[in-house]
Amino acid sequence: MHNFYYFATGPLAWIAFLVFIGGSIWRFRELLELAKRKDSIVFEYMDTKFALRSIVHWLIPFGSRSMKINPTMTVVTFLFHICLFLTPLFVFGHVILWKENFNISWFTLPNAVADLMTLIVIASCLFFLWRRIKLPDVKYLTTPLDFIILFIVATPFVSGFWAYHQFPGFATMTIIHIISGEIMLMAIPFTKLFHMFLFPFTRGYIGSEFGGVRMAKDW
Amino acid sequence: MSEYKSVKEIEKDPKKNESKKIEDQGILKGLEQLTPEKIEIVINQVINDETGARLKVYVDTCVHCGMCSKGCHFFLSLNDPKFSPAGKVKQTLWEILRKKGKVSTEFIKDAATVAYTQCNLCKRCAMYCPFGLDVAYVMSVMRRICHKLGVVPLYIQDTAHSHSATMNQMWVKDDEWIDTLMWQEEEAQEAIENLRIPLDKEGADIFYSVIGPEPKFRAQLIFQAAVIMNAAHENWTMPSMPGWDNSDMCMFTGDYEMMERLKRRHFESALNLRAKRIVMGECGHAFRSVYDVGNRALAWKMPPIEVVHAIEYYNELFEQKKIKIKKKFDRPVTLHDPCNISRGRGLHEMARNIVKATCAEFIEMTPNREHNYCCSAGGGVINCGPPFKNARVESGKAKAKQLFAAKAKGAEVVIAPCHNCHGGLEDIIHHYGVDMELKFFGDIIYEILELPEL
Ligand code: SF4
Ligand code: SF4
Repeated sequence: MHNFYYFATGPLAWIAFLVFIGGSIWRFRELLELAKRKDSIVFEYMDTKFALRSIVHWLIPFGSRSMKINPTMTVVTFLFHICLFLTPLFVFGHVILWKENFNISWFTLPNAVADLMTLIVIASCLFFLWRRIKLPDVKYLTTPLDFIILFIVATPFVSGFWAYHQFPGFATMTIIHIISGEIMLMAIPFTKLFHMFLFPFTRGYIGSEFGGVRMAKDW
Repeated sequence: MSEYKSVKEIEKDPKKNESKKIEDQGILKGLEQLTPEKIEIVINQVINDETGARLKVYVDTCVHCGMCSKGCHFFLSLNDPKFSPAGKVKQTLWEILRKKGKVSTEFIKDAATVAYTQCNLCKRCAMYCPFGLDVAYVMSVMRRICHKLGVVPLYIQDTAHSHSATMNQMWVKDDEWIDTLMWQEEEAQEAIENLRIPLDKEGADIFYSVIGPEPKFRAQLIFQAAVIMNAAHENWTMPSMPGWDNSDMCMFTGDYEMMERLKRRHFESALNLRAKRIVMGECGHAFRSVYDVGNRALAWKMPPIEVVHAIEYYNELFEQKKIKIKKKFDRPVTLHDPCNISRGRGLHEMARNIVKATCAEFIEMTPNREHNYCCSAGGGVINCGPPFKNARVESGKAKAKQLFAAKAKGAEVVIAPCHNCHGGLEDIIHHYGVDMELKFFGDIIYEILELPEL
């Protein structure tokens, strides 16, 4: 158990970060190369002003009509994404690890807040699961992989919550927490989780097309 | 006879939209010549040679969230997951990429039906997907594959054949075209005695082009335009030779080589006459082909000569006070924003300016401007002809509701500055018993125009 703990927090953590960063760079390079060779149009029409205009509208809650007509989804997605990013970065238990290992540290979230944010992520995942099972159009689009991704995202939060509250078996849960977190990190470049990095580009491009050529809003 | 009397009745309609299999002779004949091997070769040729990062990103980034569903009037009308934008990708390119082109003829049959008849390429969904994924582009790629496989609905393929044989969409012969113009000139002379439709005049300010169906079915639009041009004392011309037709069904079948020939001929007609700019009649898809798609295919980032849609032109006439009206059109109107010129060129505010200048009472339909619902006829869907008509009208249910709502607020007349929209809305209005009158801006302006002193 101990050895495994050290492996998970030591080498595996390094591997996870390397795969995440290396993989992401590789995916970007690959797409960029392809775009240069085959879609020079993208570079021709990309326009910083219109791209930003579109991105900003879509980063503001209820900034687009689409968000307005899907209010529940909008509230949940925003809360989910905010908590998903901020919790692991600022939860006390993580910051302390950085402090111990690299002697760097930053702002931490009060525990109660981090707890609440974790619950928000878990609840959001359940909401997404419900959508995938219950809404006919979402169900039609859903593949087994979509459930797996949802599981990959939820597990670090469920196990983290479990371990933090020292529920029965929390030692095992801690390890599950670490490994599942690492799996999530490694999955980002190779699954649909990569959408977080592609968003500015897809949104930016359609925003440029709409703004520069079509002279219309796209939100 | 009309089927519905109100929104409520549409809502209560017990008929389920079972996806009835529609047999199209063009698609069936094309399939007969195919084998899985041929399909695989063609698909991979298109994917490898003609697409790149965009297609990959559009298909890979989609998180299967369904936010785009409510962006598509097909889904809103039929409430069937197969008609959500991403659902259409699933039935086409998603499978194709997953199987690396190893798909059956049966698959191609369904994919062709989806791409040609269940998507208007209206791009509304790109405004509803958080990532701005362009499903219309993906459907165009599917159409391109189908075109190369020779699996294209019969009726629209016939218009594409006409384009390649005559350079116009409606098999109009060269002498018939000139005849029509002279006939319309004569008609218009009843309104303005010395009116001319100047042919092939060099160095004119305006090169006026129309779509093939105008001389064929709606010739009165040509004389209305002639009257307006004359009333505004324009220095204008129309070409006597091929190149007069700005429409483009090849853009919609996926025959891009032919589209390029058509667009080049159109631009060259205007440039050879050293015209200052092209003004086009009230058509949406033709504008898209000239302003957005065709010019790019010919490697012009923007059109090589300024192209102005009728809305922009009419707006200019009122802004510069080039024409006067006798009195405002007095029946309450509502305005349908055609996708290709609102979402495609942002002309919706100008359209409202024209309404204000010409009509006494204006009632907005909702949603409007960029968010307006497509008429279900665009993107070549209406051109796929009778086999698909019922399905098309059913997918216009959301539109019918929107029209009913505008009617409930008092609107009697729908202004639709696009030919395709006219065709589509006419069928919807008739089928659902909306009972509203359809007009072009040209109709209204012509009706209230103060003719110049003789
Ligand atoms: S382009 Fe228009 S018709 Fe096609 S899927 Fe998108 S919203 Fe629907
Ligand atoms: S909204 Fe966009 S990401 Fe979501 S299913 Fe539709 S196309 Fe895919």
